[in-house]
Amino acid sequence: MSKLDSKIPEGPIKDKWTNHKNHINVVNPANKRLIDVIVVGTGLAGGAASASLAEMGYNVKAFAYQDSPRRAHSIAAQGGINAAKNYQNDGDSDYRLFYDTVKGGDYRAREANVYRLAEVSGSIIDQCVAQGVPFARDYGGLLDNRSFGGVLVSRTFYAKGQTGQQLLLGAYSAMNRQIAKGKIAMYNRHEMLDVVVVDGKARGIIARDLITGKLERHSAHAVVIASGGYGNVFFLSTNAMGSNATAAWKIHKKGAYFANPCYTQIHPTCIPRSGDHQSKLTLMSESLRNDGRIWVPKHMKDVEAIRKGTKKPTDLSEDERDYYLERRYPAFGNLVPRDVASRAAKERCDAGYGVNATGEAVYLDFASAIIRYGKEKAHVTGLHNPTQEKIIELGKAVIESKYGNLFQMYEKIVDENPYETPMMIYPAVHYTMGGIWVDYNLQTTIPGCYAAGEANFSDHGANRLGASALMQGLADGYFVLPYTIGDYLAAEIRTGEIPTDLPEFVAAEKDVRDRIQTLMNIKGTKSVDHFHKRLGKVMWDKVGMARNEKGLKEAMDEIKQIREEFWKDVKIPGSAEAMNTELEKAGRVADFLELGELFAVDALHRNESCGGHFREESQTEEGEALRNDKDFAYVAAWEYTGNPREAKLHKEELTFNDIELKQRSYK
Amino acid sequence: MNLLLKIWRQQDANSKGKLVDYNVTGISPDSSFLEMLDVLNEQLVDKGEEPVVFDHDCREGICGMCSLFINGEAHGPDKGITTCQLHMRMFNDGDTIYIEPFRAAAMPVIKDLVVDRTGMDRIQQAGGYISVNTSGNTQDANALPIPKADADASFDAATCIGCGACIATCKNASAMLFLSAKVSQFALLPQGKVEAADRVKNMVRVMDEEGFGNCTNTGACEVECPKGISLDNIARMNREYLSAALAD
Ligand SMILES: Cc1cc2nc3c(=O)[nH]c(=O)nc-3n(C[C@H](O)[C@H](O)[C@H](O)COP(=O)(O)OP(=O)(O)OC[C@H]3O[C@@H](n4cnc5c(N)ncnc54)[C@H](O)[C@@H]3O)c2cc1C
Ligand code: SF4
Ligand code: FES
Repeated sequence: MSKLDSKIPEGPIKDKWTNHKNHINVVNPANKRLIDVIVVGTGLAGGAASASLAEMGYNVKAFAYQDSPRRAHSIAAQGGINAAKNYQNDGDSDYRLFYDTVKGGDYRAREANVYRLAEVSGSIIDQCVAQGVPFARDYGGLLDNRSFGGVLVSRTFYAKGQTGQQLLLGAYSAMNRQIAKGKIAMYNRHEMLDVVVVDGKARGIIARDLITGKLERHSAHAVVIASGGYGNVFFLSTNAMGSNATAAWKIHKKGAYFANPCYTQIHPTCIPRSGDHQSKLTLMSESLRNDGRIWVPKHMKDVEAIRKGTKKPTDLSEDERDYYLERRYPAFGNLVPRDVASRAAKERCDAGYGVNATGEAVYLDFASAIIRYGKEKAHVTGLHNPTQEKIIELGKAVIESKYGNLFQMYEKIVDENPYETPMMIYPAVHYTMGGIWVDYNLQTTIPGCYAAGEANFSDHGANRLGASALMQGLADGYFVLPYTIGDYLAAEIRTGEIPTDLPEFVAAEKDVRDRIQTLMNIKGTKSVDHFHKRLGKVMWDKVGMARNEKGLKEAMDEIKQIREEFWKDVKIPGSAEAMNTELEKAGRVADFLELGELFAVDALHRNESCGGHFREESQTEEGEALRNDKDFAYVAAWEYTGNPREAKLHKEELTFNDIELKQRSYK
Repeated sequence: MNLLLKIWRQQDANSKGKLVDYNVTGISPDSSFLEMLDVLNEQLVDKGEEPVVFDHDCREGICGMCSLFINGEAHGPDKGITTCQLHMRMFNDGDTIYIEPFRAAAMPVIKDLVVDRTGMDRIQQAGGYISVNTSGNTQDANALPIPKADADASFDAATCIGCGACIATCKNASAMLFLSAKVSQFALLPQGKVEAADRVKNMVRVMDEEGFGNCTNTGACEVECPKGISLDNIARMNREYLSAALAD
C-alpha cells in the first residue's frame, strides 16, 4: 500500500496555508521543554529550523560535518534570494512568483507548496533585515533588486555575489543566540550515519564523531534532515567537496521515499573544465546574465582562429558573432531559465562552436554593459562629451561594484582579466531538485522524520529558477517547519525522554559499526576517489545533460559494476577509531553508488523531457524539450526494496487548478 | 611541475608533530593548491600510507574551512585569497614548499593540518547577533532606510569568513580583527543598537577567556586577511568598547 498522502489542505490556494496554520496542533510552551528535536544540517534550512525551533522552546540538537555551522554549503550561494515584495513596482505579486516558479519547474512541482513559498517569501526579507543582514541598497537607502533567469521582474535581493554567505551568517547568528542560551546543543564535526526508527517513528540517529571516530546514539522526538543536495554524485559539480547524500540515503533505506532523483540542474554559467586534475567546478553567478551577453562565433573559421590563438574574441565584429540565446528566445534573451540556457550552450558546442581548447566553452561578454553603464554614469555625474576611455573606465567601475568578487574569482582561476576579454563559461552540475519525498508538512514517509531545504523534493519541479533555493531553505526553516512539526509533536508531550539503550538503537549502532568494519577490512588496491571519479564519468556521459534509453541502461549496469568493484577493492588506510577522511569519503561514495543507479532508473522510466531532465527521445522539431503531461504529470516517489534497481515506484499525481499547463515557451 | 613538500604531520592533539618530506610530480600549474595536495594524497593512499589531513569544503574561497600556513604565510603567497584559491602557477618547478597548520594556543591541532577553531564560534555566541526572534513578525524591510554607504561598509565588515588567518598571523594570536568585523557590521546598522554595549563587552570577555592574545596594533592580521577586513574595524570596535566601559 502506498503511503503517499500529500496532506494538501482544502480550500482556495490563497487560503490553504492560513487555514492549515489555524488548524494545526499547537504545543504549549511548558510542554515544548519536554520535547527534543534533532536537526541534521546547519545550512539555511537546518540553521533556520534549529534557531526557530529552539526559540519556540523545543530542545534542539544540531549536527554538521563541518567544524562550525557557519561553513555549511549554503555559504557559497552567490546571486541572491527571491521575494515577491514588488518594491520595484514592476507588477510582482505572490501569484506571479508562484506562476513563474511552477512554469519554470516545467509543471512538475506541487502547486500548494509553491504558493506557500511565494506567500512567506516577503517575511524572509523582513526577518533577515531585522537580523542585520546587509543586503545591497540603492542611494535612497532602500533595498536594491536584480533579476534572474526565467522571470521578467526584478525580485532578487542580494548582497554583492555573497548572498548565501550573508543569509547563512544571519541564520548562524540566530543559532548562536540559542546555543548561548543552551537551547541548541551543537554537534560540529559529527556525521549522521543512520536514523533510528522505534515503533515506526523516527526517534534518533547514530552519529560518528569525526575527530575521535566514536559512534554516538542521540535520541529525540523528531528528526529533521536538512543535509542539502546530492549533486556530488557527478564527482565534478559546483557543490562543496563534503556535500553528500548519506543522511537522505540512510533514511530512504529505512522507509523514506526518494522523489524524482533524476531532476538535476545543470547551471549554465560555470567556469569550464581545464583538465583532469580538477576536483570541482566553480559557478559564476547567474546574475551575470543580467549584464553579460552570451555568444559564440558565427563562422567556423573564427572558431578555429580563436582556438589557435591567432584571433581574440574582441577582434570579431558584432555581425561575426552569434548571440544564440537572443536569436532563439527573443522574449527572454540571455535571461532564459537555466535548463534552456544550458542546453543551448551544449547544442552550440556539440555543433563545434566551442571557443576553448576542449571545445566546451561559450563567451559571456560584458563589453556592451560596460559602455551602457559608463554612459549612464557619465550622465548622472554631469560629465558631458566624455571620451570613450572615460566611458569604459566609468562602466568598469559600475560592473566592479556589482560583480567585483566574481570577476576576481574568475581571474584567479583562469588567469585572464574578464574586464578586458569575455569570460568563458560552460554548464556544470549544480543543484538537485529531486530529494526526499515530503508531504505538505515536510514530513517524510517515516512518521516523525522531516526533510527541509535542498534535501527534500517539494517546491522546484523539474527545474529550479535562480535565487529560489535560498528562499525555499529559509522558508522551510524559519516559517514552515516550526509550525507544521507541532502537528506531530503535540501527541508527544507525554512520551518523556527517549532512552538510547532501546534495542533499536543498539541494532542501528551495530549496523553502522559493521559497515565501517567491512569498509576498513576490504584493504583493496584503489582509492575512494578512483571509484567516485568513475561513477561521475558515467553519470555525466550517460545521465547528464541529455539522456537516452540506451545510455541509461548502460549506465545502470556500469554503476552496478563499479559498486561491486568498490566493495571488493577499495583501500582505506588508517583506523576507524580516529579522524579518517578517507573513511568518511568511502561511506559517502558507497551511498552515491546506490543513489546513482536509482537516478538512472528514474531517468529511464520518465520518458518525457521536462526541466533539467532531457530525454533525447522526447523533443520538438526545433530541439526543445517536449513534456508529456498525459502520462507523466506526477511525482515519482521510490520505495527502497533492498536494491536500487528494484525500487518500487509510487506516483503522486500532480493537479493544477490555479495554473494552466502549457508548453513552456521563452520565445 | 615537480615539488618538494615539507608537511607537518601530527597524529592527534596529544602527539608530537614533525615536518615530513614528500615529493610530488606532474602537477599542472592550473591546479589549485588543494588539488595539488589531492594528488599527493592519492599517491599516499596508493602506497597504503595515511593521507595528509587538511580542512576544506567549498573550494571557492567562501566557507573559511581551508587553512594552511604555506612558506610561513597564512593562505600562502598570493594576497586576498584563501588556500583553496591559491593556484600552482604561483610556484616554480622544483620549489620546496613548507606546509603547516594555523598555529595559536587557542586553536590547537586536531590532526596534521587541521586545527580546532571552535573558540571563534564561542566568541560569536557571546553576542555576535541581534536579539530578534525568527517569528516573521518584524517590520517591513523597507520601513528602515539605511544609507547605501553604511550598508556597503557593514557588508564589507560582514564578509569575514572566520578562517582564522588573522589569528594565526598575529604574534599575540589575537582574535581582534575577527571580532571587530562582527562588531562593526552591527555598529554600522541601526538594528541591534540597544544591545551594542553588552555585545562588545561580552565578546571581548570570551575572547580573553578562550586564550586569544591581546591586540597590540601590529597590523599583520590585515595584511593576511583573505577578505580585506580592514584595521578600521578594530578602531571602531575600540570606540564601541570604550564607550561601553565608560557607561558602566
Ligand atoms: C556555488 C553555488 C551558488 C549558489 N547560488 C545560489 C543563489 O544565488 N541563489 C539560490 O537561491 N541558491 C543558490 N545556490 C543553491 C543553494 O545554495 C543551496 O541549494 C542551498 O543553500 C541548500 O541549503 P540547505 O540548507 O538545504 O543545505 P546545505 O547548505 O547544503 O547544508 C547541508 C548541511 O547538512 C550537513 N550535513 C550533510 N550531511 C550530513 C550528515 N550525514 N551528518 C551531519 N551533517 C550533515 C552539512 O554539514 C551542512 O550543515 C547555490 C549553490 C551553489 C553550489
Ligand atoms: S578577519 Fe579576515 S583573516 Fe580573520 S577570520 Fe575574518 S576573514 Fe579570516
Ligand atoms: S575551502 Fe572554503 S574557503 Fe577554502
